[in-house]
Amino acid sequence: MNKILSLGRKLDLRHGRVDLSHGAGGRAMARLIADVFHAAFDNDWLRAGNDQSAFDVAGGRMVMTTDAYVVSPLFFPGGDIGLLAVNGTINDIAMAGAKPLYMSASFVIEEGFPLADLQRIAQSMGEASRAAGVPIITGDTKVVERGKADGVFISTACVGAAPIELSLSGDKARPGDAILLSGSIGDHGVAVMSRRENLCFETDVLSDTVALHELVAAMVAAGGPSIRAMRDPTRGGLAATLNEIANQSRVGARIDEAALPIKPQVAAACELLGLDPLNVANEGKLIAIVAPEAAEATLAAMRAHRLGAQAARIGEIVEDDCCFVQMRTTFGGDRIVDWLSGEQLPRIC
Amino acid sequence: MKHLDEYRDGGLARGLAARIHSEAKPGRAYAFMEFCGGHTHAVSRYGVQDILPENIRLIHGPGCPVCVLPIGRIDQAIELAKNPEITLCVYGDLMRVPGSNGASLTKAKAGGADIRMIYSTLDAISVAEREPQREIVFFAIGFETTTPPTAMAIRLAQKKRLRNFSVFCNHVLTPAAMRQILETSDPQSLPLDGFIGPAHVSTIIGTAPYDAFAGEFRKPIVIAGFEPLDVVQAILMLVRQVNDGRAEAENEYIRAVTPDGNRIAQAEIADIFELRESFEWRGLGEIPKSALRLREAYRDYDAERRFSMERRVARDNPACECGAILRGVKQPRDCKLFGTACTPETPMGACMVSSEGSCAAYWAYGRFRASQRRAAE
Amino acid sequence: MCLAIPARVVELLPDDMARVSIDGVVQTASLAFVEGVGIGDYIVLHVGYALARIDEEEAQRTLKLLQEAAMFGAPA
Repeated sequence: MNKILSLGRKLDLRHGRVDLSHGAGGRAMARLIADVFHAAFDNDWLRAGNDQSAFDVAGGRMVMTTDAYVVSPLFFPGGDIGLLAVNGTINDIAMAGAKPLYMSASFVIEEGFPLADLQRIAQSMGEASRAAGVPIITGDTKVVERGKADGVFISTACVGAAPIELSLSGDKARPGDAILLSGSIGDHGVAVMSRRENLCFETDVLSDTVALHELVAAMVAAGGPSIRAMRDPTRGGLAATLNEIANQSRVGARIDEAALPIKPQVAAACELLGLDPLNVANEGKLIAIVAPEAAEATLAAMRAHRLGAQAARIGEIVEDDCCFVQMRTTFGGDRIVDWLSGEQLPRIC
Repeated sequence: MKHLDEYRDGGLARGLAARIHSEAKPGRAYAFMEFCGGHTHAVSRYGVQDILPENIRLIHGPGCPVCVLPIGRIDQAIELAKNPEITLCVYGDLMRVPGSNGASLTKAKAGGADIRMIYSTLDAISVAEREPQREIVFFAIGFETTTPPTAMAIRLAQKKRLRNFSVFCNHVLTPAAMRQILETSDPQSLPLDGFIGPAHVSTIIGTAPYDAFAGEFRKPIVIAGFEPLDVVQAILMLVRQVNDGRAEAENEYIRAVTPDGNRIAQAEIADIFELRESFEWRGLGEIPKSALRLREAYRDYDAERRFSMERRVARDNPACECGAILRGVKQPRDCKLFGTACTPETPMGACMVSSEGSCAAYWAYGRFRASQRRAAE
Repeated sequence: MCLAIPARVVELLPDDMARVSIDGVVQTASLAFVEGVGIGDYIVLHVGYALARIDEEEAQRTLKLLQEAAMFGAPA
């Protein structure tokens, strides 16, 4: 507690703004870190106040990931940049079938950023981290001059432990494998776009950002090593993810449009904007490529979990030298599902 | 979605397809050109060609206003955008269209030009109101569907007495392009049995203009709604006309298109715009009386008169087949650049950049057919 | 480019504007080019403007024609 008293004046968290002194390494920065980040993330590692944190490794294979979050706008229906950062990073670990253990978070903050917004973001992260059981045990803070960062950028890393017998990888898809999708597509992208100034449409759609590691655990319990690969279709949507896996594995995919879960408002917003829902970002969904003998059991496990209630078998992996992802349309004809070319709208994730 | 999903029904599609299979005469080839970019997109996106019999071929026509915009006009727009006083407002589709020497609005924006993507001309007017110190120029393109929104922007600028708003006008006319195709097409290289007429252009111009075509050129035209069932129904109607030896203008899109069209829109357009003597279309060359410019009374809102702009004539890459593809005489896979130098990431010509362009549509939705064909051989 | 989509008028606003909805997604649009449009009517929406009113009777007639044409090979 002595440390707090020596940090000088309390921050004005309601009306104050971040300034360059908060990144200078001195008293002001220590105050910021304590009042905003430590208060929100609250654990023993952070309270120790070191530049690094130690933990013991249980054995098994370690998995590590890193991510950066630059979403604009920072606050959107269903979440904010902080929530995305925690859930998104945890999901990268989860896609390896691994249990996420510890996280780090670094902040690059623009001079002038409102402290109230920073606190909101930090609290969001703290809640998500506690809900997922993955503490944020170390971090960093930098402040840059006005105009050099759009509000705040967050960079994260996470480590996890994967059971040795699991070795999921995007190059393991084989003809005959089932393609499973955990729920409705396009929610996150539409939620973020609805707040973009130049698009102005009103919708109730919320971002689907959520940590998927418990859903994954349930799937692994049911399907085990029969699960070849898992991936979350974030930027670029379902189309990008299926094409990535098809190309990594040198196979093709055939999916059925009628099997794709999509909310009516998401479909409507995509029609309005001329977007294909298959190209729109998701932040709380996953694709699993599963050997045929385990497909039904894995799907059942997904549906039994609250995050997979809308899970569906959407297609299968086939032989295809061209690695095309092809879709049977609801109309009855076929079309390719390709990667999106270029960036439709900047910074969705 | 009401008035949308009903026209995408797979069950009805199967039934209609069976009907077409039975009525298309075996041994006779049918070739129909769809003129509207939206139709090109619908046909590709739903795989309409897959459910039709082998002897009916759909040919993509020059109905995509982004595709037919000549490179020189893009170059001029980029010049305008580079003017530090100008804010250029554009529809999103234009951002990646390649100009000369690989330039584009996206690249100009990355280089610091003030270019803003807008959804509606109403947004451009808002920008002009909010930023009176900037010169706002709206880069207007489109067929008759998109001309009324431009007219309304000019009308609003007038009402609000805006001194900083102008339009770089590239609006073009559908009947003129259809006439050009019919007059210059060679029945050997492009046997055309009829047209699928544009959906939303027709809500504006009505069905009356097409009667003259059908009569003069003895080709049936069926105006079709935007959805795949509309297109398939229109194809059935065209097959029947061809079989009966009729050449009439028919309307499948009766729920939105009337014989007179939209009188209010037509009046606004007639008041604000006049015909250019001639206008260059990418792929089709100079076509007389095929495009619009602002009348003298609205000169203050005409970017071409407000800013000194050099006329630029730029040439397509000689290997680029956009011209032939727009006229329907070649297909994307006939172009040497397709899939090699010209891809959606590195588009050489407008047919690849616009999502309604034949090449982009084929790339995005239809390439698997080539490999299927190869596998079958 | 040619994006035109049917939308239902849910609220009339001053200056010939309206709020229109597509399955719950709501936008503001101009009604300057259409006459006699009321709440509950469907319009064709293109880049922020209503270009035409959708005629419900003609829509029904179209669907009926489609259904009849599609009943090919159905048992008599």
